[in-house]
Amino acid sequence: MAYMHIGKDFVPPDVPGKVTGRIKYAEDYTREGMVYARLLTSPVPHGRIVNIDATAALAMDGVVGILTADDVYPDGEPQSTGLKILTNEPTLVGEPILAIAAVDEKTAESAMALISLTIERLPFVLDPLDSLREGGPDAYTGGNTFVFRQGFAQEKWTSDQVTSFQNGREPSAEPQQSWEYGDLEAGFASSDFIYETAFSTAGYPHMSMEPRSAMAYWENGKCYLHGTSQSLTALAEPMANIIGVPLEDFVFINEATGGGFGQRSRAGSIPSMAIPARFSQKINRPVMMRVTREEEFTIGGARQGLQGWIKIGFRSDGSMAAMDMYCVSDSGGKGGGGDANSAAAGVSALYQVEAMRFRNTSIGTNTGHRGAQRGPGENQIMAIVAPIMDKAAEALGLDRLAIRKLNAAQNGDVSGSRSTPFTSAYMPECLEQAAEQFDWDGRKSRARQTNGSKVTGLGIGQGYHNAGRSGMDGIVRMLPNGRLQMHTGVGNLGTYSYASTSRAAAEVLKMPWEDCDIVTGRTDRHLAISSPQDGSNSIFTNTRTAYGAAQDMLAKMKEIVAMDLGGAAADYDIDGSRVYQITDNTVGMTYAAVAQRALELGGKFTGEADVPEDLNSLTALSVSRLAGSALMGIYHDPRHAGNPPGFAVAMIEIELDTETGKFDIIELVNIAECGTVVHPQGLKNQLVGGAVWGIGLSALERHLYDPQNGIPASTGFWQSKIPTYLDTPANIGTGWVDLPDPENPVGARGIGEPSMGSVSAALNSAISDALDGHLFNAAPVTTDMIINHVAGISEDAIPLAQNNFRG
Amino acid sequence: MYPVNPKLTRRRFIKGVIASGAAATSTSIWYAANGAERPPGSVERLIRINVNGQVRTVDVAPQETLASTLRYKLGLTGTKLGCNRGECGACTVLVDDIPSYACSILTHSVKAMRIETVEGLESANGDLHPVQQAFVEELSPQCGYCTPGQVMAAVGLLRANPNPTREEARQGMAGNICRCGSYDSYLNGVMRAAEIG
Ligand code: FES
Ligand code: FES
Repeated sequence: MAYMHIGKDFVPPDVPGKVTGRIKYAEDYTREGMVYARLLTSPVPHGRIVNIDATAALAMDGVVGILTADDVYPDGEPQSTGLKILTNEPTLVGEPILAIAAVDEKTAESAMALISLTIERLPFVLDPLDSLREGGPDAYTGGNTFVFRQGFAQEKWTSDQVTSFQNGREPSAEPQQSWEYGDLEAGFASSDFIYETAFSTAGYPHMSMEPRSAMAYWENGKCYLHGTSQSLTALAEPMANIIGVPLEDFVFINEATGGGFGQRSRAGSIPSMAIPARFSQKINRPVMMRVTREEEFTIGGARQGLQGWIKIGFRSDGSMAAMDMYCVSDSGGKGGGGDANSAAAGVSALYQVEAMRFRNTSIGTNTGHRGAQRGPGENQIMAIVAPIMDKAAEALGLDRLAIRKLNAAQNGDVSGSRSTPFTSAYMPECLEQAAEQFDWDGRKSRARQTNGSKVTGLGIGQGYHNAGRSGMDGIVRMLPNGRLQMHTGVGNLGTYSYASTSRAAAEVLKMPWEDCDIVTGRTDRHLAISSPQDGSNSIFTNTRTAYGAAQDMLAKMKEIVAMDLGGAAADYDIDGSRVYQITDNTVGMTYAAVAQRALELGGKFTGEADVPEDLNSLTALSVSRLAGSALMGIYHDPRHAGNPPGFAVAMIEIELDTETGKFDIIELVNIAECGTVVHPQGLKNQLVGGAVWGIGLSALERHLYDPQNGIPASTGFWQSKIPTYLDTPANIGTGWVDLPDPENPVGARGIGEPSMGSVSAALNSAISDALDGHLFNAAPVTTDMIINHVAGISEDAIPLAQNNFRG
Repeated sequence: MYPVNPKLTRRRFIKGVIASGAAATSTSIWYAANGAERPPGSVERLIRINVNGQVRTVDVAPQETLASTLRYKLGLTGTKLGCNRGECGACTVLVDDIPSYACSILTHSVKAMRIETVEGLESANGDLHPVQQAFVEELSPQCGYCTPGQVMAAVGLLRANPNPTREEARQGMAGNICRCGSYDSYLNGVMRAAEIG
């Protein structure tokens, strides 16, 4: 289908501001009378605050106040593992206990030194298996796990059960969570090749480039919060709840966000923004809270680490007949996450496993706050499964590409425990395109060739994530000057989806992009609700709402013109600036004139009547405030059917030096299958960014904690090994399948997460290939692990270790 | 690779901070850098620095970093702080044409030098600098938080080497982290900037 805007590049309106430094992040704002808050954070991994004596601190010149957990939770802290605003029961080093505000930060820091804090130390634990082992310490006061709707609990295995698991055997303990489908036993019985192993994947921090600084002030009973988020409106209402201000009195200002990656999509993962808001309310001054890199590390989130056992059975033709998976998931000191469940569902979707069982137990540790991180679960497990696919291909005498094609998801397929059908799926096409662009057939013969100490490895990886939601709202307005105002609540975290999804509205109205304005950046510009921007959903979800709102406007425009010029609405069409009669195009009205007429007519045309009843509360508030201001298109999106998948395929050639354990990526292509392409440059950025993240997962990133004191040792970019220019290839090839999805009006689905899983999988597959098919069954595979393997040294000093070095 | 200014090494920075009385931990440096206290001593606080071709008079604490002065005293918030400890390059500015981490330079140490920030790149008529223009055309930024630092690193690189190979550009930009992983797009931008230069 030929589109005017969809599939075309454009300059998103915030890009000039990014290259000139003019666009503002939360910390770039100031306000008359602003004071500065500093955080006093926990020096111990687990403790209970017995006493806070701030007398001397508060007596200091320039100190204007203190905010404690008792201030923000007068009725006691919520009993959950989630992040708190402030706490008297820290469960990780660096957790905020109180804040001090002063006229400048130096004074606040100096005042902090005068606070006398008495903490009762409590036992702590860094590795879930140490806590699971009978007699082991618990991360939380109420136990080592948190059961939904039940609260804290204690989960213990016998020492033998833990040791047996560490030695690679199937865990025998009852899991907390499980599901299965198909006949597992029959699946394994019919298998000609079965691979069984324990595995581990590391947890590691998000490390968004912008620390989560925030500034807040109150004016005329309204709370204004300059913050950071990946979902502008989806975050606003729950954030208002956390602060304790009615939604109508809360203004969230967030023009740009310096990275999110899952940990800024929901208010619960960033409650620290409530500190300046509550503090400002208490002391009646604007409060700026600058967050340091170390603090960002602590409260900024981390991927869940998985310690697991997996068994996969393949038939002689290569089809995946059965998979059994058992995970122990690291829930960290705060939060939790559903990585293991998503991992299992992801394998089901990607490899169309005929029978499957999933079991999981989540255990807390006194380490970083856990929550969703780019492809949570799927992207770790793909790095484990890809080399197993290669092992199966080798054992069964099949081509590595062919075994993936055989198991690939396609139209009509279903996945997961509920056998949900895909809205569409073109994985075979994606594999073919990647093979062509990479020249798989041409390169194949290079696999395992050596050149001195260097050996070539080839890898194939596939990524998947459920990539679309529905049930959100859209608002567009036409001003009497003929300009289209697209009110989007989509956050601006660097994907440009706030802009690219809005283009679906311009597409419907056939309007030149120069005549359209995106209204966003702060909630008092009256925006529509968006879904939380996680799970690769924005493109699918918000093109639906933008398209629907524009359709509503189009119908209203035709109705007005028919009313004034005669005939029925169906007698009219549009050309991007006029509504004209199809049989005589000299009869018509300009968009500007129609918008002017709407103002005169009022009622449903201007949002004053017949507003869709099922609008989400934030959208309804925005519509009520915009009512009567312009011709309005308003839309509530009904639910869609099926699972809209995002798929990606990567192929990698590496040259691995067996003397140093280092490798160079010689060639890397990353291909998307995400429906119709909406914004090629934006998609390309997701593919290259995902590739960099995939390299981080499979080769570099991890958490390190001092086992003696529970102190994090990787709080900086450097120690946590964020991939740099030099860790990643100078060129990354990208491409896309570009076939439409029927559940989206412009055919589009999301891609942000699978574009990482494909590369994490391909890289582990390539490393394994370079080492004659050796499987580390781990991510990351670090240089140390490679050298030790080459030297014949046992790889695991501490089997399945989490938050620590392996080997 | 571009040259390193021997006067602005991390070691000299730490020594300078210690000499000025602030403890040498990154957290303390951050806050000490914004200090309002006026320690008795001989360091003159009202100094003149040359920023984007203009001589600015500014009250600078002895231990204040250039990033703090630029952001919090001169309102030049285009220079970002990602780590405030010399790890990420978000704070990159040019000091006498050399890309330098403004979080790790004491303002007092650059009194006699030319400082350029992202705000100083556009021409008088508002045209973007070729690097900025190229970054727009290639959609190099994602979240944009590292972008001003990437822009300044690229400007510095292209001044030292107007026609780099892609590999030289990769090496030259290696002091700047991008958590969004937009390296490929930034390199496209650098190569395009060299073309339109
Ligand atoms: S802020 Fe200066 S290097 Fe990171
Ligand atoms: S664009 Fe986000 S950190 Fe570089």
